[in-house]
Amino acid sequence: MTIHTILQSNLPAPSFGHQPIPARAGVGLKPQHVDEILASRADVGFFEVHAENYMGAGGMPHAQLRAIRDHYPLSVHGVGMSIGGERAINPQHLARFKAVVDYYQPGLVSEHLAWSTHDDVFYNDLLPVPYTGDTLRRVVEHVDTVQSAIGRQILIENPSTYLVFAQSDWSEVDFMAEIAARSGCGLLFDVNNVFVSATNHGYSPRDYILAYPLHLVQEIHLAGHAGDSDDEGRPLLIDAHDRAVCGDVWELYRLVLSKTGPLPSLVEWDNDVPGWPVLMDEVRRADAILGSNRERAFVQ
Amino acid sequence: MSTPVQGEGVNERFAAALLDPDIAIPGDVTGPDGGPAPRRYGVYRNNVVVSLLEALASTFPSVRAIMGEENFARAARNFILAHPPRSPMMQHYGGGFPDFLDTFPPLRSAPFLGDVARLERAFLDAWHAADEPCLCADALGGLNPEETLALVFEPHPATFLIASGYPVADLFGWRHERPEGGTDIANAQCALVTRPQYSVELRILEKAQHDFLARLLKGATLGEAAGEVFEAGPDFDLPGTLALGIAAGMFRQESQGAVE
Repeated sequence: MTIHTILQSNLPAPSFGHQPIPARAGVGLKPQHVDEILASRADVGFFEVHAENYMGAGGMPHAQLRAIRDHYPLSVHGVGMSIGGERAINPQHLARFKAVVDYYQPGLVSEHLAWSTHDDVFYNDLLPVPYTGDTLRRVVEHVDTVQSAIGRQILIENPSTYLVFAQSDWSEVDFMAEIAARSGCGLLFDVNNVFVSATNHGYSPRDYILAYPLHLVQEIHLAGHAGDSDDEGRPLLIDAHDRAVCGDVWELYRLVLSKTGPLPSLVEWDNDVPGWPVLMDEVRRADAILGSNRERAFVQ
Repeated sequence: MSTPVQGEGVNERFAAALLDPDIAIPGDVTGPDGGPAPRRYGVYRNNVVVSLLEALASTFPSVRAIMGEENFARAARNFILAHPPRSPMMQHYGGGFPDFLDTFPPLRSAPFLGDVARLERAFLDAWHAADEPCLCADALGGLNPEETLALVFEPHPATFLIASGYPVADLFGWRHERPEGGTDIANAQCALVTRPQYSVELRILEKAQHDFLARLLKGATLGEAAGEVFEAGPDFDLPGTLALGIAAGMFRQESQGAVE
């Protein structure tokens, strides 16, 4: 039996105009919340979806996303392009990605500095890359391939990592800046990833933030993480997206905004997803911080 | 520790040990102080296997409910190692899981699991299938007997038929509730899965109804399908079964019958 994808779909002709993502709090869309969001006309700046979840040919997922897109700005976040992989970008996956972007006309499109596919096997995780000149050349080529295919700029997200590669000879901050400089992509700054990686590798998240090319950042991600310990009993944080954003990450978020001014800020909660009111509380919290930052910027 | 290697091969070495705990972890990954990091690498191993397990559990909740969590995890881990996903569309993962359950030696005493998994896979495929208007009964009105017998029906993209020697629809219900006293597996059922609009529908069919509708889906004319089914048993309720299939939305609107 052939399983069809969005490339063979009969979706109604798209009629979504360009709708930029405002410098407000948004949240990752979950199907179980859609009815409540639409019924209450929830006061949310934007929604973000994983592109892969909307690559099916039709049915309820697309009907729900059309309804959301009719009322809210939307950003599309890819999790399976394997931009950090050694192999070329999978043309079928790129074509499906382009179809999602063409159809929904999102305000922002983003992907990760990570790989997930090797020799046709998809590992369903964001796997780490060594920070070397070889990786840099490949990543820039892959970002270029994606941007050329969809005809627009994408944002690349900084990773959360649990280990380092012995052969890395670039700092992560310089690596991200160089990807953007060479490919013309923008950056998605995941503050939780900074906190997770800084803890796991024993550096200061504040120093990382202060050294980061924040002028290239167009969107922020916030999420919760889980705690574990490494081979020597040191803390090892896991980027689990399974709980509320922690106090340390909110503090770092304030620091970032004090440097960048208000930016679209997404709350991600992908596992043990709570009821809509709990997510709405996180959105209000991010919006309040954005609001006070906006006032401060105005006074200055 | 092995010598750091530049260029190609990093993914290869990193990937090799992700699914198979018997393969040594790559030599070029370390903790922040340059020391070996099996627990750190183990986070990736765990993320990969658990996320794929969760993907299978979310596609096959009835199989999981019948087997129990531990047995399901054991079978699923074996499947993941032998058949990792080949596409980032996780909603498609597990197409081979029904066949795997049929042949996985520890499950020899539960031969019905493969058919339950087939039905669950069909249910999710129907959920994501393309949107198409269904053929409605009115479209067949006004045909003379000759035209009626020559009708050919186009399958709706969300239509799936499952033939089984087990109570596959009753076992499917375990995703919602485990029936008191269990399910008598001597009772054979066939199943029809359709999605007339956005909700997936499941109907239980007799074997003769299944065979008749399956012939229509394969492109037989109504006359051909009728001839074969009446050969098997003269009591077959043809109008009732055709009406059931049409009401379920199993045919596309652009079927030949609707063009007249």
